[in-house]
Amino acid sequence: MNRKEMELNSVEVWDGNTCNAQAFRQASVDVVAAYPITPSTNTVENYATFHANGYVDGEFIMVESEHAAMSACVGAAAAGGRVATATSSQGCALMVEVLYQCAGMRLPAVLCLVNRALAAPLNVNGDHSDMYLTRDAGWIQLDSFNAQEAYDLTLMSFKIGEHKDVRLPVISNQDGFLTSHTAQTVRPLPDKVAYDFIGDYVQVNAMLDFSKPVTHGVQTEHDWHFEHKAKQHAALQGALPIVEEIFKEFKKLTGREYNLVETHKMDDAEVAIVCLGTTYETATIAADELREQGIKAGVIAPRLFRPFPLVQLAQKLQNVKALACMDRSAPGGTVGALYNEVAGALFNTPARPVLRNLIYGLGGRDITVNELKEIFTDLQNDAKNGKLTGKIQRLHGVRGPELSFYEL
Amino acid sequence: MGDQKVIKNLKTFSTSAERFEGSHVLCPGCAHSIIVREVLNATNDNLVVSAATGCLEVCTAIYPHTSWDCSWIHIGFENASTAIAGAEAMNKALRNKGRISADTPQPKFVAFGGDGATYDIGFQWISGCFERGHDMMYVCLDNEVYANTGGQRSSSTPIGASTTTAPAGSTSYGEKQVKKDMLQIMAAHGSPYVAQVAPNKWKDMVKKIQTGFATKGPVFINAMSACTTEWKFQPHQTIEASDLAVDSLVFPLYEIVNGTELNITYRPKNIVPVRDYLAFQPRFKHLFKPENEHIIEEWQKRVNEKWEYLQRREEARV
Repeated sequence: MNRKEMELNSVEVWDGNTCNAQAFRQASVDVVAAYPITPSTNTVENYATFHANGYVDGEFIMVESEHAAMSACVGAAAAGGRVATATSSQGCALMVEVLYQCAGMRLPAVLCLVNRALAAPLNVNGDHSDMYLTRDAGWIQLDSFNAQEAYDLTLMSFKIGEHKDVRLPVISNQDGFLTSHTAQTVRPLPDKVAYDFIGDYVQVNAMLDFSKPVTHGVQTEHDWHFEHKAKQHAALQGALPIVEEIFKEFKKLTGREYNLVETHKMDDAEVAIVCLGTTYETATIAADELREQGIKAGVIAPRLFRPFPLVQLAQKLQNVKALACMDRSAPGGTVGALYNEVAGALFNTPARPVLRNLIYGLGGRDITVNELKEIFTDLQNDAKNGKLTGKIQRLHGVRGPELSFYEL
Repeated sequence: MGDQKVIKNLKTFSTSAERFEGSHVLCPGCAHSIIVREVLNATNDNLVVSAATGCLEVCTAIYPHTSWDCSWIHIGFENASTAIAGAEAMNKALRNKGRISADTPQPKFVAFGGDGATYDIGFQWISGCFERGHDMMYVCLDNEVYANTGGQRSSSTPIGASTTTAPAGSTSYGEKQVKKDMLQIMAAHGSPYVAQVAPNKWKDMVKKIQTGFATKGPVFINAMSACTTEWKFQPHQTIEASDLAVDSLVFPLYEIVNGTELNITYRPKNIVPVRDYLAFQPRFKHLFKPENEHIIEEWQKRVNEKWEYLQRREEARV
């Protein structure tokens, strides 16, 4: 390697974008192809600075669009090396076509998706519209709730995606601005420890291996397409235990624990909130305060949005009486995407809780501890009555008359 | 780079590499297969090839078969150029890191796209790759129509051609726009080498492809690819159609080096009237109605002017 070593302190003050860039550097990514977009721009800006100062020795290409960024990543990954990029919102929307192609070809790229609302109206702030947009693209999707997790999960993304039994691309999600632009204390691994944890890139069907010519991206019809898609689906499902294994390995190395489903005080919880992203930490504060009043509140969050840990989530919800599912994306004429997943996980279980859907925080609108406490209070009514006390869905925190939908 | 391949005659050349096998399902008479074989045969170097969605791609890589005995990738319609640019960047990175040893011969990176993938939907991606200066060759298989989807107009479709989305009718002579001048546009990107080629002038073509492979940086080749299905000639007439295109100067063969030095590489001994080129192809048959004859006249005038312009530029070296 020709790159310079970077001295890191055992504790650094990094924002989420810095975490992404540092993870790219430590993974010694071979090709980063990128296009700037708020709020993920700083990921590639930081990486460009590392590149300009000799801290990385891969190729860094600033292309003319996000679609081209992912296209170059796919070409480079198929050539036989480690690739990564970052994007948000409209950039992610432009990339979506190529996300499907990357996953369909089983190429393990890493995409740091700094979650942001989708236009119109144009909005640069965080919600989960872009995460949901990539839902069925065939990528593994990890979700971090703070900067430390963004660093850890981006590092682990390389190891997960490149695992010989996975061979799939991975999206490492974090909340736009709330995580990406908020400086927090982060404990990075030393460069060598981080790199050794991920390991060297192992080529599979590399285009630059001329001893064995390979055809990538074939055409199929009904005769084979279904089998390809079935195998891809099986590979995604099969990734769950491998992800769990890698989480365990990471815990051994760092002491930091990750689970397929993260829980806070769920052992005896009667009312619970299920959510993604930074809301998890805010909800834990609300739950802790309510616990002091004797209310059995808990918080639960899938660490993976894809593959969705359906069984693991359902197992942890068997004693919960009422559950609020928080969706940070405009629902578009139905219940939220996370609600759908959670409902799907619970429907066939013996003791399923009363379930309500809250649409909240669109375009970066804050959700506070007090608001989450109110949601828990509503859940208590549901739990007491053993049924829904209002409509299934509520748009929480929207100005004007209360908007509630879907009554059974 | 490997040694320049010596080309003796067409017979030995046509079988001198087997990287594009005959097991494809392109139409009989399709010029794509001739051009692709000529490009791949022009070098002994290892090749990394990408193809845009289109006839070439869907007819050569239908799972579980492939016609490609070289590294090959298809991603989408618009991004064949960027896919190959990514592979080229990976090659650079792995060499810089020592994961590919310095004495391993450098491969060549080639992207193929039809005129739709080149002139239209993929234009931005090609422009980006050329601006960034990737060491790659982009070959446009220019059949002047969206043939894979069944004959729609592209911005390479010439004026007066009848296509499914610009059909000739009682009040229309078909395509209204003049074909986009892609070669000049790519030269203006600062490309070190751009050239127009046609499969009938195979020696000229191989020479240009070899020049392209020997050139560092992004090279653009516009290859006239006569389409038996959409131009509506008989499968055995492909070379005849191509001859008419270059002999009428509708498709002049020339190259531009470093954006300035323009060389005309083929001067027809007997220039054929544009009328003869058009008359050969039923896609233009409605132009011979009295009310449409002016299109043929305008076309001849434009071809004359372009030929005049190319000769002046060649002379002036600008």
